[in-house]
Amino acid sequence: MDESLPPANAATPGGVDRRGFLQGAARGIAGSSVFATLLWSQTKPATALPSQSLRPPGALAEADFLKACVRCGLCVRACPYHILSLAQPGAAEPLGTPFFRARSGPCEMCEDIPCVPACPTGALDRTLKKIDDARMGLAVLSDHETCLNFQGLRCDVCYRVCPAIDKAITLEMTPDLRSGHHAKFIPVVHSQYCTGCGKCEQGCVLPQAAIKVIPIALAKGASAAHYRLGWEEKALHGEAVPNLIKLPIRRPDGQP
Amino acid sequence: MSRRAGVEAIRTRGWLAAHKWLLIRRASQLMVFALFWSGPLLGLWIARGNLASSTLFGVIPLSDPFIQLQSWVAGHPLAQDALLGTSLVTLFYMLVGGRLFCSWVCPLNVVSDFAGWSRRRLGLRGGWRPKRHTRYLVLLMVLGLALGTGQLAWELVNPVSMVQRGLIFGFGFAWMAVAALFLWELLVSPQGWCGRLCPHGALFSLLGRWAPLRIHTPTREKCDDCMDCYQVCPEPQVIKPALKGGDATVPRIGEINCTNCGRCIDVCPQSIFTFGIKIKPSETS
Ligand code: SF4
Ligand code: SF4
Ligand code: SF4
Ligand code: SF4
Ligand code: SF4
Repeated sequence: MDESLPPANAATPGGVDRRGFLQGAARGIAGSSVFATLLWSQTKPATALPSQSLRPPGALAEADFLKACVRCGLCVRACPYHILSLAQPGAAEPLGTPFFRARSGPCEMCEDIPCVPACPTGALDRTLKKIDDARMGLAVLSDHETCLNFQGLRCDVCYRVCPAIDKAITLEMTPDLRSGHHAKFIPVVHSQYCTGCGKCEQGCVLPQAAIKVIPIALAKGASAAHYRLGWEEKALHGEAVPNLIKLPIRRPDGQP
Repeated sequence: MSRRAGVEAIRTRGWLAAHKWLLIRRASQLMVFALFWSGPLLGLWIARGNLASSTLFGVIPLSDPFIQLQSWVAGHPLAQDALLGTSLVTLFYMLVGGRLFCSWVCPLNVVSDFAGWSRRRLGLRGGWRPKRHTRYLVLLMVLGLALGTGQLAWELVNPVSMVQRGLIFGFGFAWMAVAALFLWELLVSPQGWCGRLCPHGALFSLLGRWAPLRIHTPTREKCDDCMDCYQVCPEPQVIKPALKGGDATVPRIGEINCTNCGRCIDVCPQSIFTFGIKIKPSETS
């Protein structure tokens, strides 16, 4: 006869065995607490997004995203280019959450952003209407030693594949001091326009991309609130430091 | 063990009739996933997403109340689609009994049933049996974790999510969850996950509190105490009041943990059990 017959099993309180119930409850609470503590201690490491993984456009800031995303994969199914996937057990990304890798499959920046309205929970923010406003990450030309343009060559591939060419990424001319009479065209990324789509990283001709798209929090520095750039101030107010008191210049005669 | 449950029923009613609900139920579990597979495999999109949240025919949103509740407790306000989807699913399970999810939808039920069947076949006895109410403590713990961490912390380990997502989006190491669950129920703790620990099922069982769809025992006086139903039932404690209760209880299972699996209907040689609708409200629980 099966061991789990009703009398041995009465889970209801107040019945046969009040003491057994209390003991069971105490065990349950103790067990759950231990387990909860273990799990809690694991949430931090388990939810850190690897630096090469990017969220779909419109994703809330990572902490809010992890509250909101139910790991349903509706965004994955909505993406016509199949660039998104849900993190599987054993992957570095938080389990079940959607991500893409710039190098293997960048966001194609669909004009209608189909992944965003597909998200039922608002983990992808529906107020994002223009894909140019997406900030999935930020491109960083991280390796000056291998980037061909930095060697004085004209590769320019990252610049040319950028959907926001000449805005998100520009080529800045500088003299090539090695040859003495050429120019270098240095790719420069502008965070104001870069959507973090990852096209440039995918396009980079090197075996390992010299330009990489990483989460903005990792890529961006921040200047102190009180810093002022003289040339910007000048453009704004007509002079670098407004209302500067002009002091008489005293110098020995005949000197400039 | 006296004998294998269902043998008598097979003898009197034939194999097919004695497995009717089991077969329909397996078909239902397969169907649910087939709805999601038809898209990627055949290009015919009936359901998108997965059991956590999905859209049916591209319009009807469906969302899992257990996961949405975690998200809400973690601090994310429910968005419109998720709210509508959760309401639809909640209403459905309030009508048919919450744990219908467990036996008719959840893929882990197949694993758990298989472990139970193997135990009976191998004659394995004993094992660790946490109290059945432990799952409600685990449910509280899960919600506490969501509140404390501000994340869906349980979803990092929830085997129900892992396996259903694995079936739809590719497994990775989610097979390990299946294997672990099977071995756990086979060797360590009989009915030790679905019936005793799973907080997913715990929440769903609460939803079914007032469900009109119930197992009835209208001809219970014919019971000859063969105990076959107790053997196959994943929640055997729910049967006794309906089968043996005095005049105080009605001939129907009122307990919220009955999974409405219909296995008892299948195996009863006296055909005592049937599905039925509870007309009068407010009875046993
Ligand atoms: S914008 Fe288009 S390509 Fe990019 S993730 Fe969304 S659906 Fe995919
Ligand atoms: S659709 Fe939204 S909730 Fe679903 S996996 Fe994508 S981001 Fe997460
Ligand atoms: S990630 Fe690269 S390609 Fe995409 S917008 Fe930024 S600079 Fe351009
Ligand atoms: S594609 Fe790569 S190598 Fe070429 S300019 Fe851009 S970063 Fe440099
Ligand atoms: S009482 Fe019958 S329907 Fe309910 S769980 Fe047990 S076997 Fe399944």
